[in-house]
Amino acid sequence: MKVPLTWLREFVDVDLPPEELAHRLTMSGTEVGSIDVIGGTWDNVFVAQVDSIDPHPNADRLKLATVTLHGEQVTVVCGAPNIAAGQLVAFARVGACLVDPRTGDIETLRAATIRGVESAGMVCSERELALGDDHAGILVLPEDAPIGATLSEYLGDVVFDLEVTPNRPDCMSILGIAREVAALTGATLREPDLSYAEEGEPVEGAVSVEIVDASLCPRYTASVIRGVQVGPSPRWMQDRLLRAGQRPINNVVDVTNYVMLEMGQPLHAFDFDTVAESRIVVRPAGEQEPFVTLDEAQHVLRPPMLVIADGARSVALAGVMGGLNTEMTDATTSVLLESANFNPVNTRRTSQALRLRSESSSRFEKGLQPELAEAALRRATRLILEVAGGTGCQGIADAYPQPAPRPTLRFTLARVRKVLGVDIDAPHVYGILTSLGFGVTVGSDGAMHVEVPYWRSDIAQEDDLVEEVARITGYDELPTTMISTPVPHRSPQPEREARERVRDLMVECGMQETISYSLTSAASLETSKPADAPSPLRVANPMSSELEYLRTTLRSGVLSTLAANRQQARDGVRLFEMGRVYLPREADLPLERETLVGVLAGPRSPESWQSVNERMDFFDAKGVVEMLMSRLRLPCAFQPAEDALFMPGRCSAVLTGDAVVGVIGEVHPRTLEQFDAADEAVALFELDVDAITSAVSTEPVRYRPIARYPGALRDLAVVLDAGVPAAQVQAIIERETLVSHATLFDVYEGAGVATGKRSLAYRVLFQAADRTLVGDEVSRAMEGIVAALEREVGASLRG
Amino acid sequence: MTSNPTPTDLEELQASALRELEQAASSEAIEQWRVAYLGRRGRLTQVLRGLSSLAPDERRTAGAAANRVKAVLEERLAGAEENVRLGRLQAIAEEGRIDVTLPGRHVPVGRLHPTTQMVREICDAFASMGFQVVEGPEVEWDYYNFEMLNIPKDHPARDMWDTLWIDHVDAQGERPMLLRTHTSPMQVRTMQNAEPPVRVVVPGKCYRYEATDATHEWHFYQVEGLAVDEGITFADMKGTLYEFARLIFGSERKVRFRVDFFPFVEPGAEMAIDCFVCKGGGCNVCKGTGWIEILGAGMVNPTVLEGVGYDSSRYTGFAFGMGVERIAMLKYGIDDIRLFYGNDLRFLQQF
Repeated sequence: MKVPLTWLREFVDVDLPPEELAHRLTMSGTEVGSIDVIGGTWDNVFVAQVDSIDPHPNADRLKLATVTLHGEQVTVVCGAPNIAAGQLVAFARVGACLVDPRTGDIETLRAATIRGVESAGMVCSERELALGDDHAGILVLPEDAPIGATLSEYLGDVVFDLEVTPNRPDCMSILGIAREVAALTGATLREPDLSYAEEGEPVEGAVSVEIVDASLCPRYTASVIRGVQVGPSPRWMQDRLLRAGQRPINNVVDVTNYVMLEMGQPLHAFDFDTVAESRIVVRPAGEQEPFVTLDEAQHVLRPPMLVIADGARSVALAGVMGGLNTEMTDATTSVLLESANFNPVNTRRTSQALRLRSESSSRFEKGLQPELAEAALRRATRLILEVAGGTGCQGIADAYPQPAPRPTLRFTLARVRKVLGVDIDAPHVYGILTSLGFGVTVGSDGAMHVEVPYWRSDIAQEDDLVEEVARITGYDELPTTMISTPVPHRSPQPEREARERVRDLMVECGMQETISYSLTSAASLETSKPADAPSPLRVANPMSSELEYLRTTLRSGVLSTLAANRQQARDGVRLFEMGRVYLPREADLPLERETLVGVLAGPRSPESWQSVNERMDFFDAKGVVEMLMSRLRLPCAFQPAEDALFMPGRCSAVLTGDAVVGVIGEVHPRTLEQFDAADEAVALFELDVDAITSAVSTEPVRYRPIARYPGALRDLAVVLDAGVPAAQVQAIIERETLVSHATLFDVYEGAGVATGKRSLAYRVLFQAADRTLVGDEVSRAMEGIVAALEREVGASLRG
Repeated sequence: MTSNPTPTDLEELQASALRELEQAASSEAIEQWRVAYLGRRGRLTQVLRGLSSLAPDERRTAGAAANRVKAVLEERLAGAEENVRLGRLQAIAEEGRIDVTLPGRHVPVGRLHPTTQMVREICDAFASMGFQVVEGPEVEWDYYNFEMLNIPKDHPARDMWDTLWIDHVDAQGERPMLLRTHTSPMQVRTMQNAEPPVRVVVPGKCYRYEATDATHEWHFYQVEGLAVDEGITFADMKGTLYEFARLIFGSERKVRFRVDFFPFVEPGAEMAIDCFVCKGGGCNVCKGTGWIEILGAGMVNPTVLEGVGYDSSRYTGFAFGMGVERIAMLKYGIDDIRLFYGNDLRFLQQF
C-alpha cells in the first residue's frame, strides 16, 4: 500500500519528519518498507510564468522563452511545441539537478549557448523532473500554482510504502492510515466530505437493485449520475493515483480507484445505458455460465460464484472484476456506480478458482463492513460530479436486507492488567480507544462497553481491545518481567535424549553431520530404497519433480551429498544424517521414523607424510555401528543380508536382540554410478533410530567387580570352511564358561591352507571370578572348545 | 700372604681405587673395577681378610679404617653406576630427537550441522528458563496447522503461509494433509494433551512453497515456544525473549518489540535486536535501521485457548516462533541460506 504524504495530510495534520512517522507506523503494526521522496532533487526548480515566446533567430524549431522569476527576467532556449506565453511552468535555474531524458541519469544544469543564443535555465518536462514519462513537451502547471514557490513545495511529496497485515483491510486506505496517525500523534482526524448536490431525478425511478442471497452479498448500494463527460481526470487526481501506484484511465474510473485507495472500498462504474432494464440483480452464477471480464478474459462460472446481472445478462463478477459488456467508454454519459459488500470467503474462492486476483478481490476477501459501502458510494459520487460533471440522482439505491448491528464489547482494566501485566489507567485507555474511533461508555459494573467502528473488522473480542491499548501505548513502554509462575513438572523423554546422544556419538566417531531435503524425486528414491520400502507420499503441488516425494529412506540424500563433495572425498569422507523418513499409513498421518544413515568413502586418513593409503570399507562402517551400540549399552549382532543397494556378499543386517534395526554394506557400483558418487568403495549404514532408542535402557549402569584373579591367555588357531561366519566360531569359543573373551587376531587364506578353507586365530582369555585357574582346567576347557568347533563347524586345529 | 695394612696403605688403596673409578665410563669398566677392589678377590676384600692375623687391638683399629674405606668405595660405586644409567637414558633420549613441526597423525573429526548446533543452543537457552523440549510431526493435518490456530479455511491470512499439500484426498473430497508450514501446530497438540501449566519449546523442520534465494529456503527449521499458566503476561513474554536474545547474542544486546499480526496470538509482536554488526550505525545486515528482526511472538489468542479446552478467562500465555537458520546466519555471519542444505563440506566443516 503506497501512501503519499500529501494525500494523508488531507485527513490529518502531520508535523513529524517522514522517518519519525514511518517509525511510529512500523512500531504500531503498519510496517513501512520504504520511503520515496518525490522531488528530493528539485533544488533550483521553481514555479514560474512564461512572459513571452519569441522565435529563435537561428533555428526554426527552437523558441526563446522569457520567464520571470523572483522579479528577474530570464530568456532560455526551448524546443517544446506546447510552450506558450502565460503558462505556469517548472523552471530550472542553472545548478538544478535534472534527469537527462535520453540516459535517465541525473545531471546538473549548466548555462549553454544554443545556436548562438545563451540559455541560462530550462523549462522542464515531466521526464526531466522524474515525475513521469512524458517528454513530448514541457510540464504545464495548473493556473493556481503558486508563482515563485519551489517546485518541491508545490509538487514534492513523500510516498510511504506500507506492508499491511491481513487483519487490517482498513489500513489498505489513506483514511485508515490517517486514523492510525491521528491516534499515534494525538492529531484530529478530518473525515472526508461525503455530501453532494442531489439534483437529478429520484434514484428509485432510475434503477432497481435486488439481492438474491444476502449471505453472499450483505449490501448493495448504487447511485446514478447522468450527463457526465468522460475524459482525463484532473492533474491532482492523476498525481495521487500515480503516486499510490494506480494508472489513471479516465475521470470516472479514476474516481472509483481513488475512493478505493482513499477509503478501502472497491467500487465499480457501469455505463448505465448498457445496463438492460435499468435493473441490477445480485445472484449466484448459473452452472457453466460463460463470462468475459474487463481484461477480455473468458471465464466459465458456476454457483456460488456471484455475479451482478442486469435485466438480461451478467455484467460483473461480484467483488472481483467488471464485465466487458458494460465497460465505461469515452462515449459514456450515464454512470451507475456500485459500492457493495460481498462475502469474503466466496470472493476468495471465486478469485482462486478463476485464478483472477484483483485489488478488489483481495480487499473483499479480508472482510469489509457493509457500512463502508454507503460512505464510499457517497464519496465517489461527490468526486465524479466534481471531476466529470453531470447530475446526481436524488438518494442512493440501497439493498441491505439484514443490517448488521455494530458489535459492542465488554472491556475491563482488569483484563488489561491480566494480559499485559501492568495497570493502565482508565483515562489513558479511554483516550486510545476514542482516538481510534471506538465508542466507549462505562457501565454500572464499572466495565467499559466499547462500540467497534465499522471499519475495524478485526476487532471481535476483549483481547483485541487489549492489543489496541498496547500497540498505541507502544510495546516498548510496557514492562519487562521474568515469568513468576512455578516451572512446570518435566516429563522424562528418554527417547529424545537417546536420539541426541546418537548424533553426538556419530560426531565422536569422526562423522560429519549433514541435513538434506525431505522431498526428493521418484527416480532417486527408486535407485536407493530398500526392497520393502512402501510407495512414498506425493506432494500435490510440488515445486519441481526433484522435490515431489517424501523420502522413505535417507540413502539417496547422503549419496547425493557424497557425490556433491567428490573433491573432498579424495581425503576421505565420513558423513551422517539423522532425520525422518515418512512411511504412509492408511487414512492417517504417515509414520515419521527417525533414521540414521552414515557413509564412509575414500582413504582412511588423508594423504600425509606418514600416510598408509588404506581405503575405508565395510568394516569401517561396521566399526562405527559397533561403537554406537556399545556406547548405548545395546547388544548387537550381524547377519549376512541381501539388499539391492549393496554389493552381494558385502551387506549385513544389524540386530539388537532378535530385532533387525538396520543394514550395513558396501554400495553396489551400479548405484554409485547412478548417483555419480565415487569410483571406489563406499560403505553405508542405515539404522532405525526409533527401534534403537526404544531399546536403550533407562536404568543406571550396574557396576560389576573387576576380576581379582589373574587370567590365562591361550592362542587357538583353527582351519575350517571359509564360508563359516567368524561370529559363529567366536560364539562357540565364548560359550565356554571359563572364557572371559576371545580376540580374533588373524584371518588367513592362502599357502598352507587348503583352497576353500581359512584359518582363524584367536587369543582366548580364561578367567574365573573366584579363583586362579590352574593349567589343567585351562587345558581341559581348550580341549572342550576344540571338540565343539570340530563337531559344530568342522574345524580342525591348525598344524 | 700380604703384609698388614698400614693406614697409609689404605689411603693409597682408596686413592687409587677412586682414581680408577673416575676413569671407568661404561658399566663394564665399573664392573671390572668392582671386581678388582670389592670382589671376592678384590684388593680391599683381601685387606679385610688379612685383619684376622692381627692382634685384637690392631685389628680393631685397622678394621675400622678398612671398613671406612669400603663404605666410601661402595658409595662411590653406587654413584658411578647411577651416572652411567642416567647417561645411557640421556643417550637414548638424545637419539629420539624429532621434528616436532611435522603434522600430527590424522584423527577423523566429526561435527554437528550448524542447524543442529543452533537448535540446541536455542533450546538450551529456553531450557534454562524452565521450558521443556518436545517435537511433533512434520506431516500435519490442516486442522492443527491452520484451523485450530484461528486460521480457518478460505481465510486470507492463509496467504501468509504458502503450503505444500500432500496428495491425499479424504472421504469429504478435501485435501487435509500438508507439510507443516510452522512448528505452531505443536502448540495445539501440547495443550490438548496437558493441563496448564505448559512451558515447551518445539524445534523442527518446516516447509513452504517458496522459491529459494539468498534469504528464502522452502525447507527450514523453526523453534516454537509456548508458556501458558495462570498469571503469565505480555511483560513475561518480553522478559523471556529478552533473556533469550542476551543468551544467544550477548548480554549487552538491546531488544525492541513492535506490533505484528499472527492469527493465533493477540496482541501479536515481532522482536528485533539492536544490530551488533554496525551497533546502530546502519549496515546491510540491519538494512540501515539499526535493528534486526529475529522472531514473532504474542499472547496466545483466547480463541486458540478455548479451542483446546482451556478457560481463557483464567489462563493466559505467550507463544513465539523463530527461524533457526536466520538466527544462525546472524550469529555466524552467513549470507546465503541455501548453504545450509546444500551440504557443501567446505561450509559444514567451518562449524
